Amino acid sequence: MHVNSVRTQKTAGKMVANEPLWFRILLISLCYLIASVLIIVPLIYVFVQAFSEGISGWWNNLFNDAETRHSVFLTLIVVPLAVLVNTVCGVAAAWTLTKFKFPGRTLLMTALDLPFAVSPVVAGLMFVLLYNLRTGYFAPMLNAIGLKVIFAWPGLVMATMFVTIPFVARELIPLMQALGDDEELAAVSLGASPWQIFWRVTLPNIKWGLLFGVIQCNARAIGEFGAVYVVSGRIERETYTMALRVEKLFQDYNNPGSYAVASVLTLMALSTLVLKIILERMVAASMEQSSAE
Amino acid sequence: MSAAKPSPNQSLGGTLRRLVSGKHRSPLPGFGPGLAVTISWLTVMLFVPLIALIAKSISLTPSEFLAAAWSDRARAAYTLTFGAAAIAAVVDVILGLLFAWVIVRYRFPGRQMLDAIVDLPFALPTAVAGLVYSSLYVKNGWFGQFLVPLGIEGAYSRFAIVLVLVFLGLPFVVRTVQPLLSSLEGDIEEAAASLGASRWQTFMRVILPSLMPALYTGFALAFARGLGEYGSIIFVSTNIPFKSEIAPMLIYSRLEDYKYEEATAIAVVLLAGSITTLMLINWLEARNRRYAR
Amino acid sequence: MSISVQNLSKRFGDFVALKNVSLEVPSDSLTALLGPSGSGKTTLLRIISGLESADEGSILFKDEDVTTRSARDREVGFVFQHYALFRHMTVFENVAFGMRVRNAPNNEVRERVNELLHLVRLEGLGQRYPSELSGGQRQRVALARALAVKPRMLLLDEPFGALDAKVRQELRTWLRKLHEEMHVTTVFVTHDQEEAFEMADQVVVMSQGHIEQTGTPQAVFDNPATSFVMDFLGNVNVFHGRVQSGRVQMGPFSLQYDEYQHEEPRNATAYVRPHELDIDRSPSQASLLGKIKQINPAGSVLKVRVAVEEFGVELNVDVTHYRAKQLELKLNDIVYVHPRSVRVFMPEADYVI
Repeated sequence: MHVNSVRTQKTAGKMVANEPLWFRILLISLCYLIASVLIIVPLIYVFVQAFSEGISGWWNNLFNDAETRHSVFLTLIVVPLAVLVNTVCGVAAAWTLTKFKFPGRTLLMTALDLPFAVSPVVAGLMFVLLYNLRTGYFAPMLNAIGLKVIFAWPGLVMATMFVTIPFVARELIPLMQALGDDEELAAVSLGASPWQIFWRVTLPNIKWGLLFGVIQCNARAIGEFGAVYVVSGRIERETYTMALRVEKLFQDYNNPGSYAVASVLTLMALSTLVLKIILERMVAASMEQSSAE
Repeated sequence: MSAAKPSPNQSLGGTLRRLVSGKHRSPLPGFGPGLAVTISWLTVMLFVPLIALIAKSISLTPSEFLAAAWSDRARAAYTLTFGAAAIAAVVDVILGLLFAWVIVRYRFPGRQMLDAIVDLPFALPTAVAGLVYSSLYVKNGWFGQFLVPLGIEGAYSRFAIVLVLVFLGLPFVVRTVQPLLSSLEGDIEEAAASLGASRWQTFMRVILPSLMPALYTGFALAFARGLGEYGSIIFVSTNIPFKSEIAPMLIYSRLEDYKYEEATAIAVVLLAGSITTLMLINWLEARNRRYAR
Repeated sequence: MSISVQNLSKRFGDFVALKNVSLEVPSDSLTALLGPSGSGKTTLLRIISGLESADEGSILFKDEDVTTRSARDREVGFVFQHYALFRHMTVFENVAFGMRVRNAPNNEVRERVNELLHLVRLEGLGQRYPSELSGGQRQRVALARALAVKPRMLLLDEPFGALDAKVRQELRTWLRKLHEEMHVTTVFVTHDQEEAFEMADQVVVMSQGHIEQTGTPQAVFDNPATSFVMDFLGNVNVFHGRVQSGRVQMGPFSLQYDEYQHEEPRNATAYVRPHELDIDRSPSQASLLGKIKQINPAGSVLKVRVAVEEFGVELNVDVTHYRAKQLELKLNDIVYVHPRSVRVFMPEADYVI
């Protein structure tokens, strides 16, 4: 019946599902209109504004401004740190939650989603409550060792981490559930050590999904605003990330400067999209491969 | 093994013993370390901050809590936050359904581009979105020059808040509806047609109800995103108490005044509101999903 | 209501699904479209229902040309292979759907649905969802749903294809009885000859987009019109030989064959069904000497495999238990096999030369 069903699928809707041509054109045009207003025109606008003073103006706004330079530098420290921790821990969590059944498993699953329900500003507030040096719950300890978390880069990292907790684990869990653990069990039976199992069996199977999660995590980390805003205290040349810098320049009526930084962030977002498309195909291919075997 | 005797593995003692000894039903390694990493990660990053929030809020007396969390200004902020997020999420459900429908069911030039660009709000830093939206809709902006004379204020208004939240929430609905829509079997539409249903009846009675679970989920995600949003809104809103101040802004202004307790009280209400809404929608969705067991 | 299919053709890209197919389905009959996958039987059914459009040809319901009518307006009950039940609706609402979209009053809907649920023996399951039913129950819901709108005819696509053997057998008998009670013209698609022969009044055997033979089950079974039908009906013994001057020569057999009186020899194939072969201990005219390789009981008969060295073939012979006992058949016995009837087909290509 295989031939038959394939044909049926291909032709399904010839007479039934397909709406009249005018209606299809109407819906497609409507989509294009909405996409233009909501997404495409704003995208173009960023670059038009960023380059309003020419390429050299754009360059000057980006690299001849010491504070903007520092914000780029800070972003390059904060984001990789947050992404790294969340990736390592996210992989561990995905492994634990998909390969084993234990009491509290569902609870941990739900907890992983919780940051989606917490406003970034509230997230920032939580860290302020814990780590501020005057009234924070951990203030005595921090003062004793002389560590500044709030209004300093460690706070930025923590706030960014909180907001991006779900991304890697949430991407991996469904993938690992779909893949099952037959291959790992086979590796155990062949005498592989835990590290060998992970590096040689699991990782090759999940690598595209993992990269996909990392990229989403990274995009969100770069763009994070609310939580970082709260814990940063907005100290010049100390706690401004690029996203915060966009707002600061905007408040200072430095539109070209603001849009120059925004254009860099937008380029990062666009490359995220491109990578995402590529990786989605890789993930689909690896899923297909494993289901075909 | 006799069926009458409870298996030792199922008893509480057995579970605990297995947990403590690290011996688990699965022969795969890594349960102990994996669980340890997961729990420490979530404890430091998620549970302790949440406990701090709750601890701080219960350090207030009920009347202090009410005074802070239920002031006229706070109530106005909640109304705006929940209202704008709800309206934006409803709009997203409609637009998202349209996008998913067109992308899944029609073949036309630019389809893949449209499919890819829908993800932009996920990847674009919200500060950039806010920056652009604030400029496009002002009186001499690209859109504002046409809209403002018509009395449509797309920047520095409540409408502006809804507009930017619609942008941010759109991909949530598209990406939840899309897989479900493409998995709908063509033959249920044929069945409806052969039973005499018109296209419209088929859509309303067969397709739409089948998509309801995804629409609920998409709504919930877009709504939750809207409730917490801060980064883009500070660009497009005038931030005037009672008029255009959202709850996260109010929390931040309390924080700036070092009124941590008041900020916490408002944060708890916001958090409770968003978690309740999410749970309500989850429940609705589960009820709706009974058939899919 | 009778169905008349006239000169129907349908292509999918390069694939010819139907070529110039014509068919009459008598009113109130139960007709089976039988054929292997890719034979065009499902396409034919879908074109009759209006779910698919034909490239050429027309469809008449009684005297009315419905070729250009949409599925929605044909008033045809269609039962899908995988049921296509609406998952988000209860059994009751599934059955009621056709009436709901016609805005039938509530009490009428309730009455009709309950009547149908009774008919398909699903009383009390109205509030269940399809996912809570077994395969056989789902199939019956699909049937009730199709019947609810009082269709002019009932079309079923591989109705029992997805069910296990036992349920399948029950449903067959039940559907046949139901058909006798309802008198609705019914056409169903199947690839299972047993199913077709057991249920249908008329069997239409299809292959590669055309109809090989149409007739009552008895007629098709007893007189297969083509070698394809013979082959498809399955499990036959095949002999290759020659025809000449009104006789077929196949090894030791020589049979009369009036249809070919020419002098010039032609290749021909002879088919003998297992139950048309007799086993004996002593030779008769035109019998083959062979050795018993295998004896398997299969229901009311024993399936005996006899190796005939002379021809280098193994014959399948059905022997009644009584006869086997009489002959005391055992493995490796030497026996004589002779056919009671033989069907000869000459490849069409040979005629042309």
